Amino acid sequence: MNVAAYQKGVEKEIDWPGDIFGTLKSAKVRQLCYVPDAGHSRLITLAHADPDMQATVLTTEEEGVALCAGAWLGGDRSALAMQSSGVGNCINMLSLMEMCRFPLLALVTMRGEWAEFNPWQVPMGRATAASLELMGVSVLRIEAPDEAADVVSAAAALAFDADQRIAVLISQRMIGRKKWVEDSK
Amino acid sequence: MTTDLGQMDRREAVRELLAERGPLLVVTGLGSPSYDAFAAGDSDGNFYLWGAMGGAGMVGLGLALARPDRPVCVLTGDGEQLMGVGGLLTIAVKRPANLSVVVLDNGHFGETGMQPSHAGLGVDLAAVARGAGFSAVETVGDVAGVRAIRGDLQSLTAGPRFWRLRIAPGNPERALPPRDGVFAKTRFRARLGLPVT
Repeated sequence: MNVAAYQKGVEKEIDWPGDIFGTLKSAKVRQLCYVPDAGHSRLITLAHADPDMQATVLTTEEEGVALCAGAWLGGDRSALAMQSSGVGNCINMLSLMEMCRFPLLALVTMRGEWAEFNPWQVPMGRATAASLELMGVSVLRIEAPDEAADVVSAAAALAFDADQRIAVLISQRMIGRKKWVEDSK
Repeated sequence: MTTDLGQMDRREAVRELLAERGPLLVVTGLGSPSYDAFAAGDSDGNFYLWGAMGGAGMVGLGLALARPDRPVCVLTGDGEQLMGVGGLLTIAVKRPANLSVVVLDNGHFGETGMQPSHAGLGVDLAAVARGAGFSAVETVGDVAGVRAIRGDLQSLTAGPRFWRLRIAPGNPERALPPRDGVFAKTRFRARLGLPVT
């Protein structure tokens, strides 16, 4: 953990979801599909606001894996945004990506790893990286806001130029503590 | 609760469906729909799934969004579509005008010993698609009906369509398309003039 970089990012209030969106645009990504997460809310808003981006809301994350395959068949670059609990829903569908050597760029906001208030998020959060790796997906991490553009840019190159399946895990520390109950007055 | 069985011969139904296909791109769900499409005539514009159960419709959606200039048909079975039933909602919300989803419905899981599926136990997938908001929904019971509507597969404007083709249970002789997914992907993209990476 790069504590100095993290604190610098927080102090400057780096717009890391905006950086991720800008990086996706630079990488010529034309489709973004997602199951919402609070950490992805700004990215989702930006995608829907862009007339050149097809933004698709999913009922479950595995739909997005298959959608990314179809997008590539038609010549589109795509990305799939989800939270860590959604990774478990994708497991068998990832076979499609390996068998056909489709590129995959997944953006995963982490739960269950940092100041988590909900114990039900912990088992899948703990298993997220290992589950992806078991299914042939390589894992990169963003630990601090100022790393976001660089890591996503590298992930996009690996996915679309090197035909790899890549998941970028976004540290829960960047999303901040979720306020579970109002402070007592 | 059970559903009355369909009568159509599946091979004949798919042969009629894909006759005069022109520029149509076809994604097939695993199992018999892949065999049926291959038996009707192999094409670089076919993408055959051999796994990824529940994913055929969404592969079709990603393709249809990428290529609004081409008609896209997903051809799958009732069991495969049931596993990806949420995908029908995603397609309906996204409203790809050039996409048709055609379900070969025999009410059974044909590949695994003909166990009744939900579609054979009372669930009407056409009603699900109608409720989801598909633009055009048809249930077709005979080959003449398939012939009558197949021209609509070419439409780039009136989708998404959902057609339930009521076929008879039973497994015809196997007709096996290539299982190499990279080959299938590469020839499909080459057909569209996309670079082979």
